[in-house]
Amino acid sequence: MGMTIAEAILARASGRAAVSPGDFVVVNVDTVVMLDTSFFKTLRKEVLKVHAPENVAVIYDHVVPAPDQAAAEAHHYGREFVKKFGIKRFHDVGPDQGISHAVVADKGYALPGTVLVCSDSHTCASGAFNTAARGIGYPDMIYALTTGKTWFQVGETVRYDLVGKLRPGVSAKDVFLHIANRFGEHAGQNIEYGGPGMSTLSMNARRTMAAMGAELSAEFVTFEPDELLINYMRERTDRSFVPVVASPDAKYRARHTIDLDQLEPLVALPDTVINNSRPISEVEGEKIDQAFIGSCANGTLDDLSEAARVVAGKHVAPGVRFLITPSSQAVLQAAAKAGYLQTLIAAGAVVTPATCGACYGGHMGVLGPNETCITASTRNFKGRMGDNTARIFMASPATVAASAIAGKIIHPGALQ
Amino acid sequence: MIRGKVWTFGDNINTDLMVPSEVTYASPEAQARAVFQANRPGWVNEVQRGDVLIGGRNFGMGSSRPAARSLKNVGLSCMLAESLNGLFFRNAVNFGFVAMECPGIHELFAEGQVAQVDIDNWLVTNEQTGTSLPITPIPVELRSLMMEGGVFSLLEKLGLIEPGKAKAKQ
Repeated sequence: MGMTIAEAILARASGRAAVSPGDFVVVNVDTVVMLDTSFFKTLRKEVLKVHAPENVAVIYDHVVPAPDQAAAEAHHYGREFVKKFGIKRFHDVGPDQGISHAVVADKGYALPGTVLVCSDSHTCASGAFNTAARGIGYPDMIYALTTGKTWFQVGETVRYDLVGKLRPGVSAKDVFLHIANRFGEHAGQNIEYGGPGMSTLSMNARRTMAAMGAELSAEFVTFEPDELLINYMRERTDRSFVPVVASPDAKYRARHTIDLDQLEPLVALPDTVINNSRPISEVEGEKIDQAFIGSCANGTLDDLSEAARVVAGKHVAPGVRFLITPSSQAVLQAAAKAGYLQTLIAAGAVVTPATCGACYGGHMGVLGPNETCITASTRNFKGRMGDNTARIFMASPATVAASAIAGKIIHPGALQ
Repeated sequence: MIRGKVWTFGDNINTDLMVPSEVTYASPEAQARAVFQANRPGWVNEVQRGDVLIGGRNFGMGSSRPAARSLKNVGLSCMLAESLNGLFFRNAVNFGFVAMECPGIHELFAEGQVAQVDIDNWLVTNEQTGTSLPITPIPVELRSLMMEGGVFSLLEKLGLIEPGKAKAKQ
């Protein structure tokens, strides 16, 4: 019987010939990613054994550099933990710092055809690499860390076939907003992306779409493997891997074609992205206090490049805070080298070090009462980025950058 | 058999409503006091030990934050929803909070009615109307974890983590 990509990876990882929706499987975990959040005194357990330290990465990202003593204590504890168990893939505050999913991408930790878990919901970002990557809870993560195993309930798969090519000014974020608006949530289901249009999307664009799968409550988000992926991995890792393709007779819950040529920039209204996006013309003119570009979904070099293109030679509107957080220090450095940083800073943007920071209302960009923000990040839940009365619109980096200049929500093509 | 007064919630209730940003790294007790403060202020003072939460579709969408632990710590005996976010469900299993899917549940109850939840037979009944619905069974491996307090006690027994000092709050 044919299998989807997620089913085929779970079958391989559980040592079965085949799995089907509804199966409960115990799988070997290839990669476990721990974060600084794992070491807070209020959550942590004293781990006595690590199953395979060589398959573990510890990446500080939510609270970097430490903004308070609780975070500093957690960081200190984690450094001792890494030493104690001989974990070599350690990304502390410094040049290798970054949001875990960006670091995992850049270092080639997520191997095609394998299982990766991390205690952050946007772990599905690594589905861009043909990896069955899932966000799990802290207790799950400790179980995988200490036993090398975890469990999954196999869900049905919804397949999206991409055709055509995005028009200039339309981005992967707009593809996601279109899918979230048109097809809604996918709780308990896998999402699979493929089709001839996929080859026109960069690895960064694919990672944006994969990361946002968490916002649809998807179990796994996987992309088909292609030459771009294989070359990307070869440049980053010596470890061997075997990519997985879907069988021609794989069974899907639904199959949809997305014509990339037909898409336009969209904006999600506050509180949810599910069935909640509008063409920009419908919200144009909405005044903003803050514009944010960052997170695992939109802190890539592509995103900073697009923002720089939009704001070049212009200036942020008075009274608007335009914050940009690259997804890793490597991206920050590359943006500096390419001249994007100079353009962004000259336009009045505040560029922060790499962190999850403002995206989750943690630090460096928290919203106050009744403020309005337009964000290119992962979530626009009520209270997500700060005060419960703040409104959060979500859009692409180009739309956010254009809005920062205009002081109100505006179509990126409409900027004078 | 679980028997409890029902609180009803809608579709797409997210984890950030259960564990707001400002208590992300706070103690379990402080997190429990902040549950639903944005969408239902004061609810944590009204909910009684043993009550049952009824949710809509896609309950628990969002973050890996231990939202299920907070629902357990406010005293809920269990919850049922049209559908659950998978990550929320994983945390429910692992923190020992009984969370189940039951298509049609949202229509079965009005807030304040009493639910009888029979997990042995996967059946929920509205005590006022007498109508019942089947609950989607949970795999036996997960059911025992969920009912026996979660994964940490298992890991302690296996000698993989240090035994906890306080039993009450994980």
